[in-house]
Amino acid sequence: MANRDIDITVRAGTVHALCGENGAGKSTLMKILYGMQQPDEGTITIHGEQVVFSTPGDAIARGIGMVHQHFMLADNLTVLENVVLGAEKLHGIGGKARKRIREISDAYGLGVRPDVLVEQLGVADRQRVEILKVLYRGAKTLILDEPTAVLVPQEVDALFDNLRELKAEGLTVIFISHKLGEVLSVADEITVIRRGTTVGTAEPSTTTPKQLAELMVGSELPTPETEESTVTDIALLEVDGLHLAQTDLDGIERVILDEISFTIHKGEVLGIAGVEGNGQSELVEAIMGMRDPDAGTVTLDGADVSHVPTRRRREAGIGYIPEDRHRHGLLLEAPLWENRILGHVTERPNSRRGLLDPKAARTDTERIVADYDVRTPGIDVTAASLSGGNQQKLIVGREMSHSPKLLIAAHPTRGVDVGAQAAIWDYIRAARRDGLAVLLISADLDELIGLSDTLRVMYRGRLVADADPRTITPEELGSAMTGAASGHLEHTEDDAR
Amino acid sequence: MNKLTSRIDKERLLLGIAAPLLAIVAALLVTALVILATGKSPGAAFSDMVTYGFASDSQVYILNKATTYYLAGVAVAIGFRMNLFNIGVDGQYRLAAFVAAVLGGALTVPGWLAIPLIILAAMVTGALWAAIAGILKVTRGVSEVIATIMLNSIATAIIGYLLQPSQLGQLDKAGTLVSTKPLPESSWFFQIDTGPAGVLWGFIVVAVIVGIGYWFVLGRTRFGFDLRTVGQSETAAAASGVGVKKMIATSMIISGAVAGLIGMPTLLNDSHQFSNDFPAGIGFTGIAIALLGRNNPVGIALGALLWGFLERTTNHLEFQGYDKEILGVIQGVIVLCVVIAYEVVRRYGLKRQQQRVGAELAARAAAPTEMQEVA
Repeated sequence: MANRDIDITVRAGTVHALCGENGAGKSTLMKILYGMQQPDEGTITIHGEQVVFSTPGDAIARGIGMVHQHFMLADNLTVLENVVLGAEKLHGIGGKARKRIREISDAYGLGVRPDVLVEQLGVADRQRVEILKVLYRGAKTLILDEPTAVLVPQEVDALFDNLRELKAEGLTVIFISHKLGEVLSVADEITVIRRGTTVGTAEPSTTTPKQLAELMVGSELPTPETEESTVTDIALLEVDGLHLAQTDLDGIERVILDEISFTIHKGEVLGIAGVEGNGQSELVEAIMGMRDPDAGTVTLDGADVSHVPTRRRREAGIGYIPEDRHRHGLLLEAPLWENRILGHVTERPNSRRGLLDPKAARTDTERIVADYDVRTPGIDVTAASLSGGNQQKLIVGREMSHSPKLLIAAHPTRGVDVGAQAAIWDYIRAARRDGLAVLLISADLDELIGLSDTLRVMYRGRLVADADPRTITPEELGSAMTGAASGHLEHTEDDAR
Repeated sequence: MNKLTSRIDKERLLLGIAAPLLAIVAALLVTALVILATGKSPGAAFSDMVTYGFASDSQVYILNKATTYYLAGVAVAIGFRMNLFNIGVDGQYRLAAFVAAVLGGALTVPGWLAIPLIILAAMVTGALWAAIAGILKVTRGVSEVIATIMLNSIATAIIGYLLQPSQLGQLDKAGTLVSTKPLPESSWFFQIDTGPAGVLWGFIVVAVIVGIGYWFVLGRTRFGFDLRTVGQSETAAAASGVGVKKMIATSMIISGAVAGLIGMPTLLNDSHQFSNDFPAGIGFTGIAIALLGRNNPVGIALGALLWGFLERTTNHLEFQGYDKEILGVIQGVIVLCVVIAYEVVRRYGLKRQQQRVGAELAARAAAPTEMQEVA
């Protein structure tokens, strides 16, 4: 996606938020600012001086540092080793470096311990290490790419405290996000990007999330509220006593899924909340048949499918929106119409009696592209050339095209722009009215609360709590996700802020 | 919309051809330099290659050679489409040809029955030999590269042991050549006599059928789609319901079965026995040809023909006083350039398409974007 006519001014000592749909060109802009990509025209000016970055090294030399969305840390090294890696010349690799790390950590309230192994750190701590890494290299301007995507609300608050600390010390933060509430709470200024160009700026104090979102998509948008309940009493998916253990490299057996039991009825959306890595992915894979559970049963529409191969489960009516679409949902270098066949190769219109039917598959791909608003110049381009949101819409369209009985949606709107997000919610809601059962896993608590009929919280491989989505708040859910609460979560007025 | 898709397609085709062309041009350049360095004229050498290579007897020779090479290329390409590197094609075809030759020599049934049996025996042998590597990979995680390389050596040893006069071999009258018992004339494959130009091997028909089958199975069947899916992304394949392990083993076996055919043109059309001078190393030629042909059935055919052409013409160059090592230089440089050129062109193509899609969408959306200000 190209950028054009980007105008952005970031004042020193502020937190400047950059929002926009996915595919709007935020990433490209960041790559240009960080020297990973060169602009065709236009200039970058720092403190009145025009600069040209041809490598990230140039950007770092000018005091610009980037914290990537996906952490770039070596798990088996200590924090100290990770920080000095590649910057050994600054303060060596020993005591001086350790001292400097402590200084930075104290100055900005990061609370980083230099001698801990990174693998022992949680997500939030890793993020602070990443920030420290950038500061250690002398950055005065920090670019944070979707820093809150992996954090629970409490951790987000802590991160924002860190950012305010940085700001107070005169550093500048560029903060990329499409979670509008967060943007409004932390930013001093907001720039909105749409379709590759800056479309406006907003003042957080006088802007509502809704106004901001409309600026991002250029139109009005809905919220993830479900209407009246469509839950029936016909059980569609019954999971009973599911147990999965894995032996890791050190020979220690780790329980990944522990006695998981739940039932989803026709027309019901069951939401599972939880910090990532607490067994949600494995649960989905066990239901999909990609992992074989050690014990327990999975019953789909009355039939025991506990050990049935994935393809048969798909044919029996499971639709799957995977959490990582690049790894599990797409063939990136294949054209869109082949991606439309993926996962449904045995079903019409993709094939007949063992033979592919490319013509029918292509026609149907055209239909999906039109119905699900997949923005592409044609169905012969590779999946890799679409933006994340459009890839996701193609997947949703594909899975919905085989009228599933059960939809497993893992982070269905992650990395998807606001417009596509609303569309995906609408598809799920519409299918739910027709009796679809949905297992929804999401890190977006508003999405979970808004879409689900029933909520469960997963923590360390177990379903530890359940809650009523009509009354629960994200904060209350968040505390259960960190293991601080269990059982039936009751909304109490004291908790509400 | 239609105009655009056709344009992108045309560009893809162009990019597809660009890489092998680039590689061949580069190889010619390097070869010219090498010939220059030996103090001879590259121009004369090339023109000799062309005139000699297109003579009718050369054409028949090249087609016969290409038949063998084509089968080798397809056998390797089946693995490549799966992201499997079947280096063992070499051992698979030699063992298969040996078993088929022994069986063919022992059979006393009429040709219409014997020939299919011989071919079947070769395919089954190749498949079983490849299956060892396939099963080791899916059950024990042994890299197919290592397993097949070792199986090549084992195949050599087995053939060497069994091809002794005391075992299944027999010494010829001159006492220099050990071979299996020759096939009876009824078990020879048909051939086309083209007069003074020589004899065209009938097995070329089988090679064409294999090529068509390869295209059809990969491009038009569910099985082929599953196979390509695994090759492109094992994780996506597993999530889509393909049994990845089963697929790996299956494709290894199919690759081996096709590899079993490689020795058949020589055995059934030419030598009619397996002797200790049976052509070796064709499995590795197949790797080069599959790379050159981008695993595409037509591309592999062109690659096989090119290989045959180079062999024929550089042989002739030797008589003109050029060094015979030129063949190796050209072939080596082509393969090297092909690998580099494909990667460069592939990356360029992906990036270019991304930009095009972006530009196209931006142009379409350009109309309604004026600056807005909130608050």
